[in-house]
Amino acid sequence: MIIASKKPIEEIIQEVKDYKRLLILGCNECVTVCEAGGKKEVEVLASALRMHFIKEGNEKKIDEKTLERQCDHEYLEEIRGIVDNYDAILSLACGVGVQFTAEKYHSTPLIPGVNTCFLGANEQRGMWTERCQACGSCILARTGGICPISRCAKRVMNGPCGGSSKGKCEINKELDCAWQLIVDRLRDLGRLDDYEIVAPIKDWSTERAGGPRKVVREDVQV
Amino acid sequence: MRLKCPANFRIVRLPCTGKIDVIHILRAFEKGADGVYVVGCMEGDCHFKSGNFRARKRVEQAAKILDKIGVGGERVKMFNLSSGEGPLFAQYSIEMDKKIKELGPNPVKVALQAKKKAA
Repeated sequence: MIIASKKPIEEIIQEVKDYKRLLILGCNECVTVCEAGGKKEVEVLASALRMHFIKEGNEKKIDEKTLERQCDHEYLEEIRGIVDNYDAILSLACGVGVQFTAEKYHSTPLIPGVNTCFLGANEQRGMWTERCQACGSCILARTGGICPISRCAKRVMNGPCGGSSKGKCEINKELDCAWQLIVDRLRDLGRLDDYEIVAPIKDWSTERAGGPRKVVREDVQV
Repeated sequence: MRLKCPANFRIVRLPCTGKIDVIHILRAFEKGADGVYVVGCMEGDCHFKSGNFRARKRVEQAAKILDKIGVGGERVKMFNLSSGEGPLFAQYSIEMDKKIKELGPNPVKVALQAKKKAA
């Protein structure tokens, strides 16, 4: 899922201080699971902002709403009837949700309430780690299910590099060397011969370097 | 025991302090409370194992938010005692009452009252 982290409340206060009527818009998907922008976070932020602005003598109308998703037309339509009641929307969705809402409601200023970080897993309560960089051409079948693009600092395709020491990466002694993990897993799977195969040069045109990407599926289009 | 304690606080009963959330504490301040204190079981004695630890973390989170918005994180505090410690409960309530009186009223409430008066 997409991992996001909360923006500092001071930053949010600065961004919204000039708007009189504000809608705080949460998202029920990834940001709810990573506890950055779900219904609960919307409630807490709304309460904190209301109190702050009352105290400052600058009382605002701050309302709360959480959509199922902000990256889908159908759910974003739910606020069409109320969006004109607000001077701005503070969206706690990931960057995708914020932008999609902004595209849909062109005349309403959109302010992001979270920092979108990466595609990751919920490793343990309160800890999320990166697992995918959405490079667009998955090689996990050849690397024992461990991604050298997202988990190796150098994105080395035929690793490990010389910075791997006792299974850890040179950039951080607590960070596992992705290639050590790959070799260990291939050994456990009895597929160590695969490690000998030199990976071809990766086609990076499917990655972000090739510009903004698009997936078109004519078979599911109506 | 007929213990003396201040009459200016309201007890909100929870099945376990682990039920409390940051929003409950913030709402109390939004509604005009001058302070909030959470009384949980002794650490290590939680019937649900970690309820009082969760509560402490949430109290700390609420305190941080209150500090950032200028209401004051010192207005919220977590205490631990066992159910047999009535005198300690009374003592904590006196302690909290004294502390909140020193801090003065909740600035959000003060601002709202000033606005009402002006209107």
